[in-house]
Amino acid sequence: MTALPLAVLSPFALSALAPWAHARLKHHAGWLLAVLPAILTAFFGSLMPLAASGAPASFRTPWVASAGVMFSFHADGLALLFAVLISGIGTFILIYAGGYLKGHPQQGRMFVFLLLFMGSMLGVVLSDNLITLFVFWELTSLTSYLLIGFNHEQERSRRAALQALVVTGTGGLAMLAGFLLLGTAAGSMELSEIVEKGDQIRSAALYLPVLILVLMGAFTKSAQFPFHHWLPNAMEAPTPVSAYLHSATMVKAGVFLLARLTPALGGTPEWEASLTVFGAATMLAGGALALVKTDLKQLLAYSTVASLGFMVMLLGIGSPYAVKGCLVFLTAHALYKGALFMVAGAVDHETGTRDASALSGLRTGMPFTAFAAVLAGLAMAGLGPWLSFIGKELALEAVLGGGNLWLTAVTVLTSASFVTVAGVTGLRIFSGPPSAAPKKAHEAPLSMWIGPVWLAIKGALLGLMAGKAAAFLAPAVSSVLGRPEQMKLALWHGVNAALGLSALSIALGAAAYIGWDRVRSAGRLGDTILKWGPDRLYDLSLDALSALARGQTRVVQSGYLRYYLLAVILTVMTLAGHALYSRGEPPVMVSTVPVTAYGAAVALMIVASAIAAVLLDTRLGAIAALGGAGGGVALVYVMYGAPDLAMTQFLVETLTIILFVLIIFKLPRFARLSRPWSRVRDGLISIAAGGMMAYLALVALHVDLHPPISSYFAENSVPAGFGRNVVNVILVDFRALDTLGEISVLGLAGLGAYALLKLRLSGRKAV
Amino acid sequence: MSDLILSTATRFLMPLFLTFAVFLLLRGHNEPGGGFIAGLVAAAGFALYSLAYSPGRMLQLLRVGPRTLIGWGLLLAAVSGLPALAAGTPFLTALWAKLHIPGLVNLKVGTPLIFDVGVFLTVVGVVLTVVVALQEEED
Repeated sequence: MTALPLAVLSPFALSALAPWAHARLKHHAGWLLAVLPAILTAFFGSLMPLAASGAPASFRTPWVASAGVMFSFHADGLALLFAVLISGIGTFILIYAGGYLKGHPQQGRMFVFLLLFMGSMLGVVLSDNLITLFVFWELTSLTSYLLIGFNHEQERSRRAALQALVVTGTGGLAMLAGFLLLGTAAGSMELSEIVEKGDQIRSAALYLPVLILVLMGAFTKSAQFPFHHWLPNAMEAPTPVSAYLHSATMVKAGVFLLARLTPALGGTPEWEASLTVFGAATMLAGGALALVKTDLKQLLAYSTVASLGFMVMLLGIGSPYAVKGCLVFLTAHALYKGALFMVAGAVDHETGTRDASALSGLRTGMPFTAFAAVLAGLAMAGLGPWLSFIGKELALEAVLGGGNLWLTAVTVLTSASFVTVAGVTGLRIFSGPPSAAPKKAHEAPLSMWIGPVWLAIKGALLGLMAGKAAAFLAPAVSSVLGRPEQMKLALWHGVNAALGLSALSIALGAAAYIGWDRVRSAGRLGDTILKWGPDRLYDLSLDALSALARGQTRVVQSGYLRYYLLAVILTVMTLAGHALYSRGEPPVMVSTVPVTAYGAAVALMIVASAIAAVLLDTRLGAIAALGGAGGGVALVYVMYGAPDLAMTQFLVETLTIILFVLIIFKLPRFARLSRPWSRVRDGLISIAAGGMMAYLALVALHVDLHPPISSYFAENSVPAGFGRNVVNVILVDFRALDTLGEISVLGLAGLGAYALLKLRLSGRKAV
Repeated sequence: MSDLILSTATRFLMPLFLTFAVFLLLRGHNEPGGGFIAGLVAAAGFALYSLAYSPGRMLQLLRVGPRTLIGWGLLLAAVSGLPALAAGTPFLTALWAKLHIPGLVNLKVGTPLIFDVGVFLTVVGVVLTVVVALQEEED
């Protein structure tokens, strides 16, 4: 169905119109632009029944058919779940960005970037072809770079943007390699076919390399430990970006990829071990670091890291309970975390600070925002009868079912951290007496509270109407498990071990919330450790890379023409010499053409000129002697019937002289500055290079690697090329593409020479 | 440096160079010649003029800047490959039109000629770019 690619590409098209809309409507443009994602949400929702019936909508057209690349989309349950989240939350993000960046001179640019990102993200989740997916995946990295670096005047923003790009880009490259291997192992580049060949892939020799490479892509994108550091740093981005990319959508792309490939790669001990270990480590790191932060966005970012670890760990367990828990939690998390981020942005916008320890009593000034915050906070804590509560119950049962004690402990501790963070961001800053914030708090505009309120209510309603949520999520669960799966969700599972653990985590979290100040001062140690954490490592490795580049540039790029020539000649000699040596048999040293008197004379002239060029110690004399050698070579061309070559050679010799005449007066007086030993070295190398070229020419006379095609050219020159000059017909017809490449190089070389000369000129003027 | 002999000789040599260049360019498909060689000859003519008078006078005569010539040459060469695409054949495939009036004209004109003109312009542009840059260096 063609509507599918059109839906993916529509945000790209709209992004082109966004600056125009912004120029006319200013910040109200957000409302207008949000119409598209709203329509897309409805569209993707309407495809859900198809996916549930087992015949998902799909589209396929050749892109680079010779390389097996299709422009193909496949809207199964998992893809649609993400697509609905992306376009649904995107609707409110666009509206929110309209209010948040009201009056910002580059607001139009923000709309453009957000729409570009939306299209890329939809492409990632709906792509069927691995390469198509990869292209969209990279587009999300690029647009995320632009969005994080939106405040590009600030160095911190630029650093954060670059860091996100480097980390996710490195992972993306590994993932591309993994995709290519996966395609080989599965014999198909289409995900819809790959997921059905799980057994074949798992038993393939390539399985482990594929797994490692794909995990690198997923872990960097979803900020898993030890790559988690880019995500908190990305909070430099304006809040609409943080809410959209860094909580609800892009960071979940890695989780999406793992879920998507579970039927193909999952279920092995390697899969289970790596996902649970990295997931649990990420949960602990994120959960612990979230507790010591006071910046609202940092708090939320670290808890997002922990949440992503949670999802990865659940996918690692891989049981039906775990998969259901993962997807329910993922949906709930997107809703409440998006809402909380928007709340944090609204608070920042209206009070001028994001420091949670300095804020309180905002409920009177910002009632709607407070309402959304409390609702979303309850969801995050897993307290209210919301969707997140169901997810938490399922997840706890999955972890208990896995029978792994320490995973259970990690889950309880992380859940406790969520409770504390929810308390701080959803309750603490709104309760108590009003604080003395830089600005007096008053309610944010409609555009900035409608999103969080809507998302928070949505999360609550989905929990209360668990049957609807189950119907919505069932096709996605089936996609991940690779088989149709019944899905029933209920708020009340009875009094069981999971409920007990849930209560325990809430008690722990509540305790930490009450003693938040003491927890933070105890956590200073963590901050000190953090200074030496992966963020520092990232800086060190970038510095090391720069140092390496500087060092090798100093060695390789000396700036002296003679050393470049030396390097070129020695390289050619080594490579050609090795080829000649390994060939073994010596060439026939007997001439196959008769030696003529004029031939000998020309040869003598060339040799004499060459010797003179070396020995003469005037520049003009040396150049004239070189011209003599060149002229001799041209005569050789004439003797063997190559007039075109001869003409070219003569002309080039002439022009060389002209160019030389232009600069000869600028050169200093000729002098011997080089040391004797370096002259001896150069002489030896020259003789060796010349000797080897002569040897090579002799060998080449007797080697036919391929049947020569010169006869083809000669025969077809007139009938096919309408020209009797074979050389010219080859140049402009048979091999015209080569010629086009050559004149392009020539043109660039000319511009390069021009740039070098002009640079020196202006440099001299500056002195 | 203005030399009376050189500048007078150039006045006669220059048209010869350019005529010969056009001659080489057009006949190149059948006899020795072609865009590259013709470009070198034309560039030599202009370079001579530049030496005899001045780079400024030469550029006035040329009307188009040498770097612009490089661009036009490359563009022309690349564009000459496009009709082939429209005809459904690979990029740069030669297309020919025959103009035949018995006893008067018997001419074949094709995209390779356009391509060769592109090569010609590029070569002239590159050589003159370097020549002018070197000569201005002198001042």
